[in-house]
Amino acid sequence: MEYKPIRKVVSGNYAAAYAVKHARVQVVAAYPITPQTSIIEKIAEFIANGEVENLQYVPVESEHSAMAATIGASATGARAFTATSAQGLALMHEMLHWASGARLPIVMVDVNRAMAPPWSVWDDQTDSLAQRDTGWMQFYAENNQEVYDGVLMAFKIAETVNVPAMVVESAFILSHTYDVVEMIPQELVDEFLPLRKPLYDLADFEREPFSVGALATPADYYEFRYKLAKAHEEAKEVIRKVGQEFGERFGRDYSQMIETYRTEDADFVFMGMGSLMGTVKQAVDLLREEGYKVGAAKVRWFRPFPKEELYELARNVDGIAVLDRNYSFGMEGILFTEAKGALYNTDAKPLMKNYIVGLGGRDFTVNDVRKIAENMKAIIEKGELDVEVEWYHLKR
Amino acid sequence: MEIPEQIKKKLTLPAEEHFYAGHTACQGCGASLGLRYVLKAYGRKTIFAIPACCSTIIAGAWPYNTLGANLFHTAFETTGAVLGGIEAALKARGIKVKGEDGVMVVGWAGDGGTADIGLQALSGFLERGHDAVYIMYDNEAYMNTGIQRSGSTPYGAWTTNTPGGKRHFLEKRHKKKVIDIVIAHQIPYAATASVAYPEDFIRKLKTAQKTPGPSFIQLFAPCPTGWRSPTDKSIEIARLAVQTAYFPLFEYKDGKYRINMPNPKKEPKPIEEFLKYQGRFKYMTKEDIQILQEWVNREWERLKKLAEVFG
Repeated sequence: MEYKPIRKVVSGNYAAAYAVKHARVQVVAAYPITPQTSIIEKIAEFIANGEVENLQYVPVESEHSAMAATIGASATGARAFTATSAQGLALMHEMLHWASGARLPIVMVDVNRAMAPPWSVWDDQTDSLAQRDTGWMQFYAENNQEVYDGVLMAFKIAETVNVPAMVVESAFILSHTYDVVEMIPQELVDEFLPLRKPLYDLADFEREPFSVGALATPADYYEFRYKLAKAHEEAKEVIRKVGQEFGERFGRDYSQMIETYRTEDADFVFMGMGSLMGTVKQAVDLLREEGYKVGAAKVRWFRPFPKEELYELARNVDGIAVLDRNYSFGMEGILFTEAKGALYNTDAKPLMKNYIVGLGGRDFTVNDVRKIAENMKAIIEKGELDVEVEWYHLKR
Repeated sequence: MEIPEQIKKKLTLPAEEHFYAGHTACQGCGASLGLRYVLKAYGRKTIFAIPACCSTIIAGAWPYNTLGANLFHTAFETTGAVLGGIEAALKARGIKVKGEDGVMVVGWAGDGGTADIGLQALSGFLERGHDAVYIMYDNEAYMNTGIQRSGSTPYGAWTTNTPGGKRHFLEKRHKKKVIDIVIAHQIPYAATASVAYPEDFIRKLKTAQKTPGPSFIQLFAPCPTGWRSPTDKSIEIARLAVQTAYFPLFEYKDGKYRINMPNPKKEPKPIEEFLKYQGRFKYMTKEDIQILQEWVNREWERLKKLAEVFG
């Protein structure tokens, strides 16, 4: 069947819901939280209208239970999905370890939202980045199209390496903003993403009775961790392959874990994740016209972390402006720490500066990128940093 | 071991064993007996969800599994939620759940994981109407962490965080009536059971199997380690809990209450009978015992009234 995309104008959340439908997800367990809610509402609508078959929707009483029920479903061989945001993701935290430890290929959409207090429902990456060490893979979507594509790819990747994956989109900037999304006809999705073959299945009564998640003594626990670590390493290759396959089938290539934009001859690049990178790319075009030799590096997959691609990028530029829409208190922006750490034992030593931007949904515009570019240019010419971490938007 | 036919005929419990030797329960453990009966009732086509509790240990460390059924060990507060997910997956996959030939989805959680930290997930499970059975094995404290009080710990009981000592500090709250909270959800079937009455327990498990929707059984399961009782007295203590009406056996089915006491015409024995082998109650004064007796009387009268009005 020839690929002819179906174009729909949808919000980021609806893009996620359509991807869930097209992935033929079997169990969705979820709890409402702003701004995630319209994902699960749309899924419920699909069921109510008979647009999906064999999808069980479990309206649980908390996010903790949402993840627990999703885990139960996935362990029973079903393709399972949930979605959440901020406080809800924090409440799930314990169960995220359970999903990865039990090697369950669950896919979840997290709508990036700032943590309270003070209350905020707007964009901020601290919620998902705080889950860094739970053993989940993390994909950051720049736009609604990437939300849709990301969910489909995440299932395929997760089910290949038996590691859960989180697809992350920005609160309101994507979740509630409408845009054209090219969707894939069901038959072609089915070809790309066949039925799940579970690693184990609690409904398998032919084999010897077995248990999952049992106590492991110090004689064994260590090896369980090692196997999960290996799976993340293997995931990098799977991610690149699946990303390439996606490109070949549907014209949008995701083979790069760090998407580079006009970086070939760049003196310095802006690096970041998620929706703010759309703004950055636009700014790069304008800055190029103004004579700046700049590029953008969008980190698509934060876990597993693409060290190799970062090195390739870093060895060819004089500076990297790391834009963090998040902050780790007592340290610096989280992506900044990761990127610096990944380069430490290499010969790539560009000047790296951390800009904390847009926390709690504050606007981050093309003009902001220009100001950062001016600052980066100055410090590169001087050959040293003014400050290592700058709170860019701070009211003084 | 093959059981001769003539003996089989006399058995009042299913002969099949699906609970393997080599489990790591303490001597006299009520919970391990309970697991054995559940497996006798449901057999191989059972999926267990077991949260952090003694049964995590009893079932064996990786790679062992002493239960002859598939088992998912889950987080402390999630039994109800995990059951919902397992059931939903079976249904999405077109696999029959419950009934004579369906897969039995069974939550097996202690009183801490049910009455306290797991209460929210239990409530969600009951209210959403999943086709699964939730069994709370009630040993009246957090035994796996070393005997700390739970919401199900009775008045006067010693535990390590409600110790009896020189200033005579005791657990001052009565046992939480989890079964009443469960019944308030208006589920089709709820019951109490005791390891001292396995035929009654298995009959209730079978009723749960036949009844669509969520079922709940609160199983009284003595813990000699935590109750400071002789390991050979567990069954006797469990029997006395019923005979004193401290833990009466009853069923709630489709809005109706039915008391299933072994000797329905007999008046309950005094509560001292239940307390006598248990070191955990040795700090109780006469007044304390009287307070407990009054609670037992009140609750027993209330139950009889319920059975009379809604029988």
